[in-house]
Amino acid sequence: MAVITYREALNQALAEELERDPDVFLMGEEVGQYDGAYKVSKGLLERFGEERIVDTPITELGFAGLGIGAAMVGLRPVIEFMTWNFAILANDQIVNNAAKLHYMTAGQFSCPIVFRGPTGAALQLSAQHSQALEASYAHFPGLKVVVPGTPADAKGLLKAAIRDDDPVIVLEGELLYALKGEVPEDEDFVIPLGVAEVKREGKDVSILTHGKMINVALQAAERLAGDEVDAEVVDLRSLRPLDLDTVIASVEKTNRAVYLEEGWGFSGIGAEIVAQVQEHAFDHLDAPLLRVHQVDVPMPYSKELEKLAKPSVDRTIEACNRVLYR
Amino acid sequence: MVTKVHMEALSPTMEEGQLVTWLKGEGDDISEGDVLAEIETDKATMELVARGAGVLRKQLLGEGETAEVGAVIGVIADADEDISAVVDGAGTKAAEKTEGAAAEEAAADDKAEAKDPAQARAVGATADGEGADAHDEGASPGGARGEDTVQREPAEAEDGEAAGRGADASADGAGRLRASPLARRLAEERGLDLDAIEGSGPGGRIVKKDIERAAEEGAAAAGSARASAPAAEAESVKVSQMRKAIAKRLVQSIGPIPTFYLTIEADVGRLLELRGRMNARLEERGEKVSVNDLILKATAEALRRHPEVNASWRGDTIERYGRVHVGVAVAIDDGLITPVIRDADRKGVADVAREVRELAGRAREKKLKPEEYQGATFSVSNLGMFGIQEFTAIINPPEAGILAIGAVEQKPVVVDGEVTVRPRMRVTMSCDHRVVDGATGARFLATLRDFLEDPMMMVM
Repeated sequence: MAVITYREALNQALAEELERDPDVFLMGEEVGQYDGAYKVSKGLLERFGEERIVDTPITELGFAGLGIGAAMVGLRPVIEFMTWNFAILANDQIVNNAAKLHYMTAGQFSCPIVFRGPTGAALQLSAQHSQALEASYAHFPGLKVVVPGTPADAKGLLKAAIRDDDPVIVLEGELLYALKGEVPEDEDFVIPLGVAEVKREGKDVSILTHGKMINVALQAAERLAGDEVDAEVVDLRSLRPLDLDTVIASVEKTNRAVYLEEGWGFSGIGAEIVAQVQEHAFDHLDAPLLRVHQVDVPMPYSKELEKLAKPSVDRTIEACNRVLYR
Repeated sequence: MVTKVHMEALSPTMEEGQLVTWLKGEGDDISEGDVLAEIETDKATMELVARGAGVLRKQLLGEGETAEVGAVIGVIADADEDISAVVDGAGTKAAEKTEGAAAEEAAADDKAEAKDPAQARAVGATADGEGADAHDEGASPGGARGEDTVQREPAEAEDGEAAGRGADASADGAGRLRASPLARRLAEERGLDLDAIEGSGPGGRIVKKDIERAAEEGAAAAGSARASAPAAEAESVKVSQMRKAIAKRLVQSIGPIPTFYLTIEADVGRLLELRGRMNARLEERGEKVSVNDLILKATAEALRRHPEVNASWRGDTIERYGRVHVGVAVAIDDGLITPVIRDADRKGVADVAREVRELAGRAREKKLKPEEYQGATFSVSNLGMFGIQEFTAIINPPEAGILAIGAVEQKPVVVDGEVTVRPRMRVTMSCDHRVVDGATGARFLATLRDFLEDPMMMVM
């Protein structure tokens, strides 16, 4: 199997889907001539031309709407937001149109569109450019939401998203683009939406997480192993649709869980998962379900404060110890 | 700014505290962190610390008085601040609470009974004085305040005293048991009594590892005949918090089950003779049977014929056990445990004897497995070897009865109009009146006496 970066995995997914289906096209800021703000679309303009790789002005609301219109008449657009923070400007199009057209037109219109881009914090990008907004998109019925945290997941999920006939939000990560990992080379390697994955098996405590926090979770699990605690790490991969079965199976095995997420705690993904777990696995719980997340402040600019605000390996371990009564 | 001084939970098991001494008087300046008073709890005497600054305007609890955890017992405020609202509201509450506490506990018992058979089981467990005294030394919660809410108390666990303490440990002031959902489910599946288990989680929460530990230590085997050896005080001493806790638990053990007692006296001449003949035959094998083994066998046979006694109160129904498993009370170092002879009615006396010997031996070494002391359908306790002629035993819930066997004595009796000396033995049966009525119990005892006096009847 090839070992490639998350960025290359996305690039391959785009290239393969562009090749496979002439209705697929990519649109966004800097995707063409600049080869992509993060080089995710490197070489694509050269290979597929201006009609398939479209550079836009700085107008998220505008090109999101353009994409939705294109999707309604049968094309399969992939709209890139330079970061999901900027997509807030396009929210009216995303949540009021993309999410609801199929429903409001009684199925007469579909919206097979993919909105993708990096989410969450990088390093010192500060308050307005470090937000992890998966919870807000997962809130709306009509949107599918995926959060790949590894190169293989990125490729498999993006391909699945492009092939899906519903609007899919793909949340990547600037700090993930350089991450290397094994990726299957099969052109039909697709990870179905709505399937979680146990990234590390364990029996003492379940660390449930998504996206770039997988790395924090795995590091915490390593350190806990040194302390004779065997942690299981479950990567949701897909927030909507949600693979609750895998989560419940894990909690039934370990009897205690901690949700680790990059974003804020209040009304975060953790809050939703905790609600569903306590509802479906109540009699298996030996401890309350805890959440580890960004401190409830806008992301600080200062390097040291940013470190403190982000959920850390230490805080994850502390939460695990609390649910283990250690 | 007004700061209410509360009776705080200075230990996770504390439900009420007695104010021993005020270390600050009304009118004294108070800084946050000052020690206000010494409070006696169920474990030890602890310091109560000020949570605010100002002047101690009012002491609402007198020295020697008791208040429930949560009651307002004092007020710190600025010298000229109006504290009438706090004083009026709180003053009466402290007094009401101490009176109300007794009523609440009684109500809690009733509620427990009505609610759920699992909860209604008497905490017949570790209520003996010795165990409680061991606690005095073993339990040192250290610097009460600032202590993490995750309480450990491994000392108690090792004593194997998990039982009685559990009633206080895991129930908060309102009598609510704290246990994780998993712990509750495991306790129910294993037939363990949550009231008898100490919780190691925050606030005394019972969690999975407490259930596992309880199962190992046999906390579920609520000793029934402990009541027969109470730790009595020779002089009149003011009751300490700890003694109050013990007393409360004992009441919880007898309270829920409406018990009455039936006594018979049996002529055991033929029984002793049978024992002699059996032992003559068993000598070749190097085995022996005792009178108690024969009594266990007779009891099992009688239970087989009286399924209405071999039963259990389940709230809406009475469960008649299909099989007969007789619990045999065995005295061990710390107290008592009741290993179970399963299907005693289908085993020969020699087999019963062998099993009792083996289980008792392991019981004394504290090596019994949970399935060996759980699951009895009826119990038998024998204090004859201590010379006790007659006594009443406490029923082991969820069973419906227990037999207390006294010593065999040579007594003058009248047989066919003539005075003669016969070996006689008294048996007292404690009955759960919800399951067994007087006549039912009497019929069972009549059968039992028949078997004791004429063992041949067991095979008729």
